Amino acid sequence: MIKRIYVWEFPVRLTHWLNVLSILALAVTGIYIGAPYLFAVNENQFIMAKMRYVHFISSYVFTVSFLVRIYWMFAGNKFSRWRQFVPISKERLETLYGATAYYCFLREKCPRVIGHTALAGVTYLLLFILFLIEILTGFALYSQSHIGAFWTLMGGWLFAVMGEGTVRLVHHMITWLIAVFVIVHIYIAWLNDLSERNGLMSSIFSGYKSVEE
Amino acid sequence: MSTVRDDQSIWEGLSKKGVSRRDFMKFCSTMAATLALPSSFVPRIAEALEKKQKPYAVWLEFQDCAGDTESILRATKPTIAQIVLDVISLEYHETIMAGAGKAAEKARDDVVKNQKGKYIAIVEGAIPTKDGGIYCTIAGRTALDIAKEVCGNAAFTINVGSCSCWGGVPSANPNPTGAVGTGEAVSGITYVNIPGCAHNVENATATIVHYLTFGSLPPVDSHHRPLFGYGKRIHDNCERRAHFDAGQFVRKWGDEGHRRGWCLYEMGCKGPEAYYNCPTVKYNSGTCWPVQAGHPCMACAADHNWDAFGPIYKRLENVPGAGYQTSADKIGLGVAAVAAAGVAAHAIARAVKGKPKDEEDK
Repeated sequence: MIKRIYVWEFPVRLTHWLNVLSILALAVTGIYIGAPYLFAVNENQFIMAKMRYVHFISSYVFTVSFLVRIYWMFAGNKFSRWRQFVPISKERLETLYGATAYYCFLREKCPRVIGHTALAGVTYLLLFILFLIEILTGFALYSQSHIGAFWTLMGGWLFAVMGEGTVRLVHHMITWLIAVFVIVHIYIAWLNDLSERNGLMSSIFSGYKSVEE
Repeated sequence: MSTVRDDQSIWEGLSKKGVSRRDFMKFCSTMAATLALPSSFVPRIAEALEKKQKPYAVWLEFQDCAGDTESILRATKPTIAQIVLDVISLEYHETIMAGAGKAAEKARDDVVKNQKGKYIAIVEGAIPTKDGGIYCTIAGRTALDIAKEVCGNAAFTINVGSCSCWGGVPSANPNPTGAVGTGEAVSGITYVNIPGCAHNVENATATIVHYLTFGSLPPVDSHHRPLFGYGKRIHDNCERRAHFDAGQFVRKWGDEGHRRGWCLYEMGCKGPEAYYNCPTVKYNSGTCWPVQAGHPCMACAADHNWDAFGPIYKRLENVPGAGYQTSADKIGLGVAAVAAAGVAAHAIARAVKGKPKDEEDK
């Protein structure tokens, strides 16, 4: 008997797709800002100005999406709660090992969970930490052209802790770590959808997963 | 050098030396503009310089290249140089004073003793602190010792050039002499930093003129730099900024873009993170500044620019542990490629291994 369960609530799906769109925009424009790869044919194209404009707009979308998702970790259903991301219960620790073993071909089957496996949860926790660092270093760099207490609070204070060059380097490198995450994330989602036949891929659109009873 | 000061005002001294009233007013206007004051303040500055006598000043030189002294002496318009040197009564300056040996030391000691708490200490060069400060000694005394005495008894200290502000070149990694700026070496003193490599003499003079006109030092930022000179970003006042926004960049020295004066961002320009009035006040009596000459900004007026701002000719720091030619982007792309290859290998391995039995049953 296959049952359809409402797993991903609307805010979870919304922030997921806002993240997808804003990260894509941020990466494309950010890599240009870091090392302008396009050649301007004439001076009326304002490529850098447009890239920065899109980068800054996307960064605000991304930041708000991040904050909404953090809020939903405390307000949403059990599949979106913070406990999914912090493996502290014995059961979660077991699925952490189980899922890792499955991906290393040490086990035949992935632990059956309705929400995230503990391994996925930990990965997302690390991802959220990367997001946070990216937001802080991003606003730190932004505060160089936008002087004010707000931007100092949002990240400008970092310059008291580390050098300007380091902030820039960290901001740059995390982009690539996120790119690595995206590659692995899409593959594993596809793999899971295929092997579990739980409609994982469509669940991030519809919110529903198919679960065997 | 005479230690006896005449009692005439700054303006009287200048007019006796042949500076015309017109040049004097021009100087006052320049100072008002540098201090970001409206032109209505020009008469007030002129009035102050007409009434006030020259403050005594002692110029100390430690670990440095004398570039900041050169900065003062290289003013091309003779009257401006005259005015700058005549705004203060410079009693001691190792490089340009005529006196030597005991006579020179006495000139300095006299100011410290007789004008205690009233004179201005101007410091050029970093102060070494390692091994008891022995890496810079003058007349048998360490720089640290001299600075403690001279700066400690001054009304305030002006640090000219990046070396005396935060250590400059001598303090760059690995900093073998433990060089620091005056503010760090001598605790408890009132000081203003006028960084730059070399410093711009107009900023130092404007600071003194501000003191003479308003009786106080100009407002400063968290690095003790006057806001009038270091409150604005180079990038925002850069003459090549339009090329930045347009996406027109110099990619190689001497290429088409370089010849046409495009943006030096790709050549490692630090203008977007450097705060200085360099593009507006300029050097060599307002004729030129590095970016105008086709060289990227290296954030010379920023704290620890040698260590904290990455390579001079690159926008991005090198990845620690990786080779000098390996950029963060190359490494990032490599890591992403490895991840993609790993994913592909996993998919193939899974296909070869076959599905678990119960899945096949379904």
